[in-house]
Amino acid sequence: MKKLAFLKRKEPLNDTQLLMTITIVIFFVMYLSAVLLLGGGFLHPQQIFDMLNDNASLIIVSCGLTIVMIGGGIDISVGAVTSLVVMSCVLYLNKGGNIFVSLLLALGIGLAFGLVHGFLVSYLEIQPFIVTLAGLFFARGMTTILSVNPQKVQHTAFNNLRAKKIEISWLGYRAKNGTLVPARIELGVVAALFCVILVWILLKYIRLGRNFYAIGGNQQSALMLGINVKRTRFMSYVLSGLLSGLAGYVFMMHTGAGNATNAAGMEMNAIASSIIGGTLLTGGVGNVIGTFFGTLSLTTIKKIVVSSGLNDPWWQSITTGGMLCFFILLQSVVLGRRQKKAKT
Amino acid sequence: MQEESLLTMRRIDKRFPGVLALNGVDFTLRKGEIHALMGENGAGKSTLIKVLTGVYQMDGGEIRVEGEKVSIHSPQDAQNAGISTVYQEITLCPNLTVAENMFIGRSRGAWVRQNKLEERADEILTKLGIPARSTQLLGSCSLAVQQMVAIARAVDMQCKVLILDEPTSSLDDKEVKQLFDLMRDLKKQDVGIIFVTHFLDQVYEVSDRITVLRNGELVGEYLTEELPQLQLVSKMIGKELEELSNLGDSEEEKIMQPEVFYEAEGLSSTEALPFDFSIRKGEVNGFTGLLGSGRSESVRAIFGADKVTGGTVKINGKPVKIQRPIDAMKHGIGYLAEDRKRDGIIAELSVRENIILALQVMNGMWRPISRSESESFADEYIKVLNIKTASRETPVGSLSGGNQQKVILARWLLTHPDYLILDEPTRGIDVGTKLEIQKLVLKLAEEGVSVTFISSEVEEMLRTCSRLIVMRDRHAVGELTGKDLNQTQVMKTIAGGES
Amino acid sequence: MKKNGKKAFLSGFGQLTIPLIAIALLVVFNLIRDPGFFSIGISHNNNGNPVLSGNIIGIINGASELAVLAMGMTLVTAACGGQDISVGAAAAIAGSVFVKVLKSGSAINAGTVILAFVMACIVAMLFGTFNGTLVAVFKIQPMIATLILYTCGRSIAYWINGGATPTVSSPILSGIGSFIPGVPIPTPVLIVVAMAILFKLLFHFTALGLFTQSVGINGSAARLNGINATFIKLLSFIILGVCVAVSGCIGVSRLGLINHETLLIDIEMDTILAVAIGGNSLGGGKFKLSGSIIGAYVIQMLTITLYAMKVPSTDVKAYKAIVIVLLVVIGSPVIKERFGRWISRLAERRRKVSAKGAEE
Repeated sequence: MKKLAFLKRKEPLNDTQLLMTITIVIFFVMYLSAVLLLGGGFLHPQQIFDMLNDNASLIIVSCGLTIVMIGGGIDISVGAVTSLVVMSCVLYLNKGGNIFVSLLLALGIGLAFGLVHGFLVSYLEIQPFIVTLAGLFFARGMTTILSVNPQKVQHTAFNNLRAKKIEISWLGYRAKNGTLVPARIELGVVAALFCVILVWILLKYIRLGRNFYAIGGNQQSALMLGINVKRTRFMSYVLSGLLSGLAGYVFMMHTGAGNATNAAGMEMNAIASSIIGGTLLTGGVGNVIGTFFGTLSLTTIKKIVVSSGLNDPWWQSITTGGMLCFFILLQSVVLGRRQKKAKT
Repeated sequence: MQEESLLTMRRIDKRFPGVLALNGVDFTLRKGEIHALMGENGAGKSTLIKVLTGVYQMDGGEIRVEGEKVSIHSPQDAQNAGISTVYQEITLCPNLTVAENMFIGRSRGAWVRQNKLEERADEILTKLGIPARSTQLLGSCSLAVQQMVAIARAVDMQCKVLILDEPTSSLDDKEVKQLFDLMRDLKKQDVGIIFVTHFLDQVYEVSDRITVLRNGELVGEYLTEELPQLQLVSKMIGKELEELSNLGDSEEEKIMQPEVFYEAEGLSSTEALPFDFSIRKGEVNGFTGLLGSGRSESVRAIFGADKVTGGTVKINGKPVKIQRPIDAMKHGIGYLAEDRKRDGIIAELSVRENIILALQVMNGMWRPISRSESESFADEYIKVLNIKTASRETPVGSLSGGNQQKVILARWLLTHPDYLILDEPTRGIDVGTKLEIQKLVLKLAEEGVSVTFISSEVEEMLRTCSRLIVMRDRHAVGELTGKDLNQTQVMKTIAGGES
Repeated sequence: MKKNGKKAFLSGFGQLTIPLIAIALLVVFNLIRDPGFFSIGISHNNNGNPVLSGNIIGIINGASELAVLAMGMTLVTAACGGQDISVGAAAAIAGSVFVKVLKSGSAINAGTVILAFVMACIVAMLFGTFNGTLVAVFKIQPMIATLILYTCGRSIAYWINGGATPTVSSPILSGIGSFIPGVPIPTPVLIVVAMAILFKLLFHFTALGLFTQSVGINGSAARLNGINATFIKLLSFIILGVCVAVSGCIGVSRLGLINHETLLIDIEMDTILAVAIGGNSLGGGKFKLSGSIIGAYVIQMLTITLYAMKVPSTDVKAYKAIVIVLLVVIGSPVIKERFGRWISRLAERRRKVSAKGAEE
């Protein structure tokens, strides 16, 4: 059996693994060069934790989007759903709601969107872009119908929960006045990491997850292999909706307020994360670990831009665009060469 | 007493727009028999198989498995009824591993235990002697191996009925032998096997019984040992045999025009190895060989369909460069591609637009053919080629295969080519149209057009071609003319008999 | 015969059925709600010129940018089987270039406006070429390829503007953005008509339509028939670039200023929607430009109707979404098939009943 294991290791990297490896390597190279060139802040563990704290909801949303994209679909409503969830939960809590029920509310809204999207896309065979665009419009519109003005959470129990952070003192640093500032991680990050692991398990070890790859790889074949293609596709949107709901809750935990422009452009950031992480929009190829590092890469480049003293916000989006361009071209070249090799 | 019947199909009807693909076909499969389903292209074999496996819904008739009536509406229904299929074209997922392709869509449990599946898959692969690792991505295997994985999957599903649709077309001799051993093994386990193939020898090697279809109708069911090969062929071809025998006569009398139209030396492309080739004006020649022998790849190189990597080409004695299809078209070469659906028709466009496409491309984007002009072109060719279509504005995708092929022929004829390459123009179309196309080829040749004609039916090529180039393993291994142009000689050369 | 007639009625407009039904429903709805909704009046604008006014003019005028973009987007969709999501950002860039060139000269006259427009066109076409190269040469999906410009386009506009929102004012610009003195029809509407005519001429005097559809439906076959698919795809993006420049310049002229953050914001979504409502498959292939234009007006009419119903502008999206879902559900293949089956079953039953009646 040991021999077998050895054989397995010799298996060449498949597309998913190759793209993911490239992303991870580039992330570390980028971070290392940031440490070397800019030093300072990038050496503190807190820097990484801050990146996670700020992007926990994006990570969760990207996980959902990765699932949909592996199944060969697209969901551009995720950011808007997140925003709607934040607003509804804030209003609910401010009316004196229960924390647990507010979490259920968040998941419920996400689930509702997922169910409708899934039904329209897979059972009525409507183009996913249009369906989720309608979802985006609806969620954004509902958010402003709920409240045009920013709302702050005034719920003591929730604010106490929000203030709870995991503190790791040995990773902390000494401030100038000599007090030890421990490294802080928000609860949302725990949820995000949990999601990443769960989705990773789903995509690797659970039948449903493998079916996502099958329908994304070749829908006709998947049907022939006896997979219920419609139900599988339906489930991918349901999961994406559910994760958007959770992301909304995490977002609220982070900001503590609801705003009509919350999570604006998050869908595109999530798509970018997935792509950088090696998920192909054509379906069948992708990995949630790659997506996780894709999000981190995206954040790191923004941090580097800011630390380099280029404070104008437009530098961030230009470098993000540049990085996206780089990754997209890299993938195109890598996969193109691979296909040529396979042919000969 | 009759053996126990495993599967009975009674009076199966299937209609497609414009064609009756199956007309009251009966089919019976008994336990533990290998039953060959024979018929020419377009006879309805594939349709029957697809009805049985739930890809198509039948319009009439009934299916019984072990005496019980079953209704099959999806591939899953077929699987549940114990019917497994291995299709000619691979229907697995290339982005999953071999092991997953063998087991996905079968278990109902939530968890996938990859290690266990891989062990199991390796076991089966070793048992069946399939040269693949379970952890390999399916897309990285050769087509033959992919096919065998599909069979392994079906075998492992404990199916009662196993359908093998052209399983041997991409396998080499050794692999075919392995497959036949496997089939005989399964037969002993009372599995009924429906075997669809073009290779007559293989039918006689393994099958117990033969059912012949022609033009969507049942010709008959016969015991293999009681049906001589020649009779089988005539049953498959029907009366076409006599009708065609006098077709070739005029061909032989024709005097060769001495002028060479096209000449290539050491021509090669990304897909084709270097080869020499020339064709005279008004000559009909053919490339023959098994699937994957390089015959299509060679003609694609002539047309510049794949990236040309080397060689010199002369047309009318003058050196020319043909790198892309448009270059070839400008030099008067037309090419009817092998895969009509993928490389031929623009399905959603009208018959008219499909007909004028090539001419329009040659005219260039800035000189559009006017509406009235294109309408008269379309009407002319609909009439000349007898294209059966509701109107010239009907989307070409809704026409029957034969008529689609005629539309593409019309497209190339409209460009008035000097040299026409026809790669499998008769595949998957009805007998009548086949005849028309063959006649057309001969007529074109009389008018001085050079034609290269490729068909997997050697008979057809013998009737139309005055010269045959035989290919094997991507090399030209022989050139047959005159007296050598007969079935035995072709077969011998294809098989690579000691020469 | 009767059945044929019904069929012809349902399929007669082909893919235009859904958008036309949508317009008809909106018109009826508005007439019931407010019989005077569609009345057209003549009023005098600030310069004292007589101009047409009324909701219908507002709708047709307001949809101008969208209609122009939808035309270009239809072409890209047909050729590439995907959409350009960077049109809003690219329009902001084009608008910024337009303003930059106008401001660099001393005075604004017809010459500088034309020069500025040409410059904006060139820049937009360059960005179109960038997108088109990614799609046609590197074979990247259009949505992914244009995500790059979507992400950084408005920042590029910001950089061109130097971080400000410069204003320009000139009678010529207000002539482009609202009314030309003496002409009662809003100029953007005239521009849309001109663009539509240009496209019509383009399709009439070239074989672009046939080639684009061939590439979109079956790229492999198109290539084997000698069509340069790469060029066709690239060309579709460049033509979209022109449309982007036109709509960007209309947008700037309307307001007399360039705001890189709000100019034509979110218009990419509306544009794609217009293409889809027009009955064009987002998967590429056959297309109808008129469908997309009607689609653009459907969207605008919906928006104006909602405004007229006192729905706050921020909330409009939610109602829009509901209507969109209704439209696509009606147009979905599954529903169509079910409906068709239902109708034929109904006809069958009626026939049986009448046959029985005849027997008796």
